[in-house]
Formats: sequence, structure tokens, C-alpha cells
Amino acid sequence: MDGLNCLSISEARDRLRAGEITSMELTQACLAAADEAEALNAVVHPTPDLALEQARAADARLAKGQAPAMCGIPVGIKDLFCTEGVPSQAASGILAGFKPAYESTVTSRLFEAGAVMTGKLNMDEFAMGSSTETSVYGSTVNPWKSGDTELTPGGSSGGSAAAVAADLCLGATGTDTGGSIRQPAAFTGITGMKPTYGRVSRWGIIAFASSLDQAGPMTKSVRDAAIMLEAMSGHDPKDSTSADMPVPDFEGLLTGEIGGKTVGIPQEYRMDGMPAAIDELWASGRSMLEDAGATLVDISLPHTKVALPAYYVVAPAEASSNLARYDGVRYGHRATLAQGDDITAMYERSRAEGFGDEVKRRVMIGTYVLSAGFYDAYYNHARKVRALIKKDFEDVFADGIDAILTPATPSAAFPLGQEFDDPVQMYLNDVFTVTVNLAGLPGISVPAGLDPDGLPLGLQLIGKPWEEGELLDFALAIEDRAGFVAKPEKWW
Amino acid sequence: MSIDRDDARRVASLARIRVDEEDLPALASEFNAILGFIEQLREVDVRDVEPMTSVTPMRLKRRADRIAGGGIAEKVLANAPDAREGYFVVPKVVE
Repeated sequence: MDGLNCLSISEARDRLRAGEITSMELTQACLAAADEAEALNAVVHPTPDLALEQARAADARLAKGQAPAMCGIPVGIKDLFCTEGVPSQAASGILAGFKPAYESTVTSRLFEAGAVMTGKLNMDEFAMGSSTETSVYGSTVNPWKSGDTELTPGGSSGGSAAAVAADLCLGATGTDTGGSIRQPAAFTGITGMKPTYGRVSRWGIIAFASSLDQAGPMTKSVRDAAIMLEAMSGHDPKDSTSADMPVPDFEGLLTGEIGGKTVGIPQEYRMDGMPAAIDELWASGRSMLEDAGATLVDISLPHTKVALPAYYVVAPAEASSNLARYDGVRYGHRATLAQGDDITAMYERSRAEGFGDEVKRRVMIGTYVLSAGFYDAYYNHARKVRALIKKDFEDVFADGIDAILTPATPSAAFPLGQEFDDPVQMYLNDVFTVTVNLAGLPGISVPAGLDPDGLPLGLQLIGKPWEEGELLDFALAIEDRAGFVAKPEKWW
Repeated sequence: MSIDRDDARRVASLARIRVDEEDLPALASEFNAILGFIEQLREVDVRDVEPMTSVTPMRLKRRADRIAGGGIAEKVLANAPDAREGYFVVPKVVE
């Protein structure tokens, strides 16, 4: 019989409210599962004492009745979120030993709703990567295997994805700058949602590219995504880009009914050399939506091809600015200085020692595209292309498209340690997801099938701004019909 | 447009990241691969397009001009590699 840690959020919520189980039992089951799963390297800072204290408080609250849906639910938190008194280092050596004196808005909201934090989860350093291999803690291993080959869980929210897929927690927070929730969700057979830019406060989330970053839920079902998204969302005066608008009752509104709606199939997402399994998955997704009563329409998003290059100007530019704060003065790593080293030497050596190679690369590319003489040619040009990418979406939505269906990733999970000819090869992982960040739209990855090697594959649905509720209905329509119940065989 | 060793050294210095002299050629070649990829953007006609400043149309909120916090110097300094007497400590800056 499966342990309590294998429950979904909605199942656990119902059983907690019915008094059939306690948060303490549920939390202990998750902590025990995480203890056994060291081989996955998903949890990098376990917080069992805090978890048990929060579980005790949640049980007291549940006993009084009227507890929110997340009350007593054990969740994992990506290491990018600042959590008071708990190491928060964005999987970077430069933040070694950093313990924030404050709590991020997202974790504050989750805790106010009664959620239990079981630990901090692995990720690519500063969320820069698609494989969780750039982490200072070492790679996370995907619970899914291909024969004996260890695979990446994707990234950057790879620890979150692996933890949820391996039932170490019921849900996890992720962040998504170019696909960092949706790609790892697809690689591990779970649901991952990036909300509309501004839906979830960025305050207290260690910044990568501020105009693209957005936090979201990573869960075992679409219903769970609705529950957790609602708890994470809402206006926050401390984030000037957070939207001052009401948060819908996402779960209450969830029906999975999409009859009479129109779904766009963008022709530009049909890539040369795409594996047959991805093409077949996409086709089966189309049938599922038709079966649910939606009308499919071929659409064109003409600037899709240049989204990835535009992203690799905008994101590094913002990163170079955001990461300028790591200077060895206020927090984190400071290099040991030699006699006569000046402050510039302190900056240069602290940053050289503290940042990993991919972060250095992106900070320097960002510095280059913002530098005098290149700013217009690269950065401003990319911002104009970004405006065109957003307009592509606005045009199809204005034409009556309600949602867009694409594959989530160009492949299934790939082996850890795979060598790439150059950094750009790794960047291609984000080819289907990055447009959504550039346009600020909500997107969700739903597990929808297995490839010939038995590895999970995800479909991506893209929605209109602020229409996460409608998007979740499309996702549920896919989930209901895909009947994806496969789980990785436990080897860890 | 090709990046050479001198450009790589200049960018590293602007980014305040020390790079050893022998690592510069490899760095320059990585920059060239990434910038080569970015070059595709040139194919896009962006005449009369305004550069995006905000992905969702919104006016930044203004808050009242009053003190909303403070008095937490200890917390601010708690993570500093070197802090003394209520200050961050850095190598001598002024001769």
C-alpha cells in the first residue's frame, strides 16, 4: 500500500478535513520518504523540525474546522525562495551560508494557509539551466530512468520536479523564467504551471531576470495546481509589478469543460528533427481537446523562431544587473584577500570563486549586450523583437483563440552529464516554453504520455493573460483524457 | 562580429569577474557561439516597433512618502562576511 506521502493535495486535504489522517502523520511520511531519497539529491536543506512544528499547528487549526485547503499539506520550496532562518542560496556558492532575515511573500502566504515546509529543493544555480546540473549541490537525479542511465529531471526547478514525482512532498514551488517549471514538470511526469506575469509576488525570490521570472506550483494533478496557485497568488505592495486584482477561486471554478472553445495549433512549433514521439503526443493532445468539444484551428505565431535568441539577450542582460549585488560585502562569499588587494580585487575574486561557469557566462553576456556601443544593437533590438512576439499572441487571441496547444519540450529527459558542443545546445530545451515568458502569459505543462523508452512527456497549454482559470480547464480536459497514471519505479 | 581575447578580458572586467589569462580564448569562443546564435535577431524587421518596457500594461503604483521600516541594522548585517560596530567592512577604498 502506498504511504500517505503518495497522496495528492486534494486527497490529503479531504482526508485531513475528515479527520481520517493528521498533518503530523502526513508530514512524517514525507520526511521519511525524503530521508530514503538521498540518491535523488532533490532536497538540499531538509527542515524536519520546522515541518513538525508547522504540522502540529496545522492539526490544531484543522481540529477547529474552517482550515484553508493548504492547511497541513507538506510542500517543498525551491532554494530560490528566501525562507527566514533557513539556508536560501539559489544553489550558488556565492550565497553559501546565507540565512535570510525575512520570508518571501509566496512562502509567507503558503504558511499563512497552513502549509508545512519539509525542506529546500535543488535547482540550477540562480535558475540558469535546464538540467539542474549547474547546482553547487550537485545534480538532482530524475526518479525516472532509462534502463540504467541516470537522467536529468530538467531545470531549473529540477529538485522540485523530482521531489514531487518521487512523492517526497505533495507539491512544490517552482519558478519559471524561460521554462523552468514546465520543462522539469514534463521530464518527470507532473503538472507545472507558470501563471501570468504579476499574478504571484516576486518579493523574496532571488532574482534572475525580473521581467520574466514568475513563481508557480508543481503538483501531482491539475486540481492540485489550482489549489496551490490560489494560495500563492495575490497582490503584494512589496512587488511593484504584482497585479492588484482579485484572485479567483481556481479550484471552485475548475470544471474541465471546454466545449465550444477554440484552441490554436501554432505551425511554427513543428520543428525539423522533432522526435516522432513528441509529434504523436501533440496529435493525441489535439484529439483529446476535440473529444472535449473544442474546435482546433491552425494558427501562426510568426516570430517564434527568434524568441530564443531574444530571450538570450533579455535574460542575461537583466541577470547581469540583478547579480551585481553579489559583491562579497553584504552577504555570501567573500574571497580571502591578499596583502594589498583593493576593493576591485575583492569583487572580482569573490565573484570568480562564488559563481559557477554558466552563471559567469550569462552575467558576462549580459554585461556585453548592455555595454556602451552594443546596447542598441543587442538589448534594444531584442526588446523590440519581444514586443513583436507578444503581439503575435495578442493577434491570435483577438481572432478568437482561447488557448494554444504545443509540446512542452522538444524531447524526453536526457542523460545527466550529456556533453553539448556549446552552451546554445542546452538553451534549445526552452524552445517551446520561452515565448510564454517573453509575452508574460500563463502556461501549463500536463503529463500526457510516455515515449518508447517509457519516459514521461508533457503537453503545454498557453492561455490568455489572467485567464489561469480557463487554462486549468483545458489542462483538466487533457488530464482526464490522457489518463496518465504512470509512476517511476522506485530504485532510490 | 567576433569577440577576441581582448574583448573577453574587457567584458570580464566590466562584470567584475576575474578570469585567468589562459582561460580567455575559451571564454571568447563561447561568447562567439552565443552571440552567433543571437545574430538571428538581425533578420527581424523592427522598424517602427517600440521596445517593450513592461510585459503587462500597468502603471507603477506610488506609495506614500513616509518611513515604512528600519531600525533593523543587526538583521541587515547578520549575513555580512565582515561587519563591525554597525558597519559593513571592506578593504580601504580612499587613500
